[in-house]
Amino acid sequence: MNDVTVFGIKACWKWVVVIAIFWTFHLLVSDRLNPYIFDIIIYAGINIILAVSLNLVNGFTGQFSMGHAGFMSIGGYLSAYLTMLVFNLFPGIDTQSIYGTLFFLSALFCGGLGAAVSGYLVGLPSLRLKGDYLAIITLGFGEIIRVIILNIETIGGARGLPGIPALSHFGWVYTFVVLSIFTVWRLMQSPHGRAFLSVREDEVAAEAMGVNTTKTKVRAFALGAFFAGIAGGLFAHYLLYLNPQGFDFNKSFEIIIMVVLGGMGSISGSVIAAVFLTAIREALRELQQFTQIDFRMVIYSLMLIILMLTRPNGLFGTKEIFHFIPLRRRSLHDVKA
Amino acid sequence: MLEFTQHIINGLSLGSIYALIALGYTMVFGILQLINFAHGDVFMLGAFIGMYSSRYFALDRNPSLGSLFIALGCAMIGCAAIGFCIEKLAYRPLRKSPRINILITAVGVSLFLEFSGQLLFGADPKFFPEIYKPSVNWSIGELVINPLQMIVLATALILMMVLQFIIFKTRLGRAMRAVSFSHEYASLMGIATDKIISSTFMLGSALAGAAGVLVGLVYPKVEPLMGVMPGLKAFVSAVLGGIGNVTGAAVGAITLGLAEEFLVGYWASTYRDALAFGILILILIFKPTGIFGVERIEKV
Amino acid sequence: MKILNLFLATAILSLSVISYSDSNEILVGEVGSLTGNEATFGTSTHNGIDLAFREVNKKGGVNGRMLKLLTLDDQGKPEEAALAVKKLITQTKVTAVLGEVASSRSLAMAPIAQRYKVTMLSPSSTNPKVTQLGDYIFRVCFIDPFQGHVMAKFALDTLKAKKVAILRDVKNDYSVGLANFFTDTFKKNGGTVLVDQSYSAGDIDFKSQLTAIRAKNPEAIFIPGYYTEVGLIARQARELGIKVPLLGGDGWDSPKLKEIGGSAIENSYFSNHYSEEDKSPQVVEFIKNYKEVYGSVPDGLAAMGYDAAKVLTLAMTRAKSLNGPDLRDSLAMTKDFAGVTGKITLDKSRNAVKSAVILKITNDGFKYQTTIHP
Repeated sequence: MNDVTVFGIKACWKWVVVIAIFWTFHLLVSDRLNPYIFDIIIYAGINIILAVSLNLVNGFTGQFSMGHAGFMSIGGYLSAYLTMLVFNLFPGIDTQSIYGTLFFLSALFCGGLGAAVSGYLVGLPSLRLKGDYLAIITLGFGEIIRVIILNIETIGGARGLPGIPALSHFGWVYTFVVLSIFTVWRLMQSPHGRAFLSVREDEVAAEAMGVNTTKTKVRAFALGAFFAGIAGGLFAHYLLYLNPQGFDFNKSFEIIIMVVLGGMGSISGSVIAAVFLTAIREALRELQQFTQIDFRMVIYSLMLIILMLTRPNGLFGTKEIFHFIPLRRRSLHDVKA
Repeated sequence: MLEFTQHIINGLSLGSIYALIALGYTMVFGILQLINFAHGDVFMLGAFIGMYSSRYFALDRNPSLGSLFIALGCAMIGCAAIGFCIEKLAYRPLRKSPRINILITAVGVSLFLEFSGQLLFGADPKFFPEIYKPSVNWSIGELVINPLQMIVLATALILMMVLQFIIFKTRLGRAMRAVSFSHEYASLMGIATDKIISSTFMLGSALAGAAGVLVGLVYPKVEPLMGVMPGLKAFVSAVLGGIGNVTGAAVGAITLGLAEEFLVGYWASTYRDALAFGILILILIFKPTGIFGVERIEKV
Repeated sequence: MKILNLFLATAILSLSVISYSDSNEILVGEVGSLTGNEATFGTSTHNGIDLAFREVNKKGGVNGRMLKLLTLDDQGKPEEAALAVKKLITQTKVTAVLGEVASSRSLAMAPIAQRYKVTMLSPSSTNPKVTQLGDYIFRVCFIDPFQGHVMAKFALDTLKAKKVAILRDVKNDYSVGLANFFTDTFKKNGGTVLVDQSYSAGDIDFKSQLTAIRAKNPEAIFIPGYYTEVGLIARQARELGIKVPLLGGDGWDSPKLKEIGGSAIENSYFSNHYSEEDKSPQVVEFIKNYKEVYGSVPDGLAAMGYDAAKVLTLAMTRAKSLNGPDLRDSLAMTKDFAGVTGKITLDKSRNAVKSAVILKITNDGFKYQTTIHP
């Protein structure tokens, strides 16, 4: 991240504008919108963060992590525990005040950091493994994290953690959506990002070119875990309740489906898939009221199989959405390194 | 001492359950290098087929070894057919694709079987009819051995030997070994690789079906999600023993069964599910080939 | 962004096409785990609620208006339950919400019902924290501390067991809560808990835990889990030669328990809301009607769902109007409602005050032992 262009003013202004637009939307419209649809938009945002961060590992670096829900739960529990601690110690602080917001943001950051550290610890030994083995080992780590949380009484154990202060809202969720997309996007244009891609394309060749493949993989892993942790924190302060059962491997599968559907290595693909799958889940709820049977998971799994058989690279493959729009200058960026 | 011995007996019988499932896992992995996530769910289907066929033939009216064999036969044939379909429809078209894609498909097939199972059979647990009833428990003093579990252990060992025989002494087995060594060379040698892979799959699935019936007999409760955890644990056993190795799978399964037993019995029962994955992580880090595995050299 | 907007627009459209408004109907929402790991509990509860609504509608509905039940599935996940209840309240505009079975989902739903001032009535969430989340949240079941207390007292006073072992389901909030409160009361009254083992829902082999328990020679084993596992636990306990009685809570109440447990589960005791032997007309009628409609014997959760629906409709009939505060006040007035699961009175903290019965499992069904009043 020491690359000058990453923090260069020129590169950032568009993104700042997007964040500003989201905040304006938040301040003006959010109270008037249908709360249920608004909820879907919030969860879509959280899913975008999860999908984009997992894409960094599964798509750009070509690894296969199946434990993303575990990192999400670490971030969620850690930040929720911190905010609950702070607001119980100082009951005078208004959650909406500037101090409340600052506490919330630092708790989120701590949650993300905790997830990143565990991602680092998980990644360090296990990323020497490849493909299927890595997949199953990350799944194992996700489960171990869940079992550990089940056993910690101070955060509720199996009974869950209720009473989390309501701190996250549209503005913050979408700020972090933009931040996560921005980070991954800019990273992929930096030399570090190229190292990630080289690991995906050919590990042996990358090693021969002087890329430290293990280090690169661990970096991708830790960064992905960081944003998963942030997403977990946002989720916790929106749902106001956490339960370890919500972070089992089915949750990890859900995120994987988003990444695979959108295309492994396509940021816009992940974004669209996350939004689409969050929305379709609710649309299928309508169907369920007529049929009285829940087809959702059957449809999800069939979709996954059919997608692999017919379009194994997902909707967008490694391309971004604007690659399909002829008006834009293609030379801006070519993801396929 | 008594407690300790009982724990060993329990661990052996639990391990033999894992072994039954792990044998099929390791067969499929050996030939395709594919973690067949759906294996645990084929096991579940085996239990359901066993249950429905024993209800259909009213096998619980005269419980005997014969009834058990009928149910076993139905489940094995049914599961072999299911395995054939899964391989043909989901895995074969992807033979040339990257491994990740096949893995994702396997996850998809697994989820599909679980959730369509819930729609088809209902989510509530069903009682598996008692199609074979041994007269009494064997007990030596306070040590108790359930004869059913000894049947499971014996079946696991016999199946292991049968598989060993098939793999090393028959034409089919020789072809299997050739295919697992290299698909291309094997087909150049005139081996119909697709057919061999298909039959390996059917064999593995039939084993899962047999495991389903036997587990249903010992633990008479079947439900659509019953394959998830045993499937994962069987996979851990297979890796522990050296994946692709039949004897290794059985040894790994017994080791895991004993390890779980002692963790729960003497230390912390709440961490039981974490143990299998902990072992998996340690073994993959320190000896990825498992106890009996052979190092494969990665070709550039 | 264009396609993104398009997706959003289609999603929003597809969600808002169907409207349910019909002035002659009262919409009641239900959130339940119809699929997923705990589908069997959600389905039972749903059947119970459905049956109650059918009966009410057959008798002319609530003040002439028909009840319409809208059920949403949450797959047993808290976040889905939260979304579902928000949808029911803000989109479908239901009058009240029934659900959830498990406290873990109810805890995610309660803040939302409270915020929108819609009455929420849980049939069987026993975690004390559920109704503490707001004055619109009610339940018709007793809470963990009471049930734990009941079983502890029973073990000490009736069974004269001073030393017990506990085998809890570590994945299940209900089981963990019950085990904790049981331990509290039991220790306070002079008993000792020799060993506290755990399993997780979905396990099939419990012999290692049971062998460890056997080594300590307890006089009874408290297993506050669901019937889905207890049947197998009982079998394996008897196999290992453990002859002491097993004790449990209302999660045991299902005909499946006897089916899976066989003779092994006999001579065990569990606390429940009602006894099938109870010849009161509502129990007899409930069991008869349930068998007619669903072709199976109802379990405890179905009975709880049935009672929750009945209590709610009664409150609706009484209420001045069906808006939030009125319905809440009317529901809070519930007193001595003769339900299938006993006489239900809602106290100040919106929990049901009712007596528990203790049942003994015998060769021919669950036999009434004793009633313990709060």
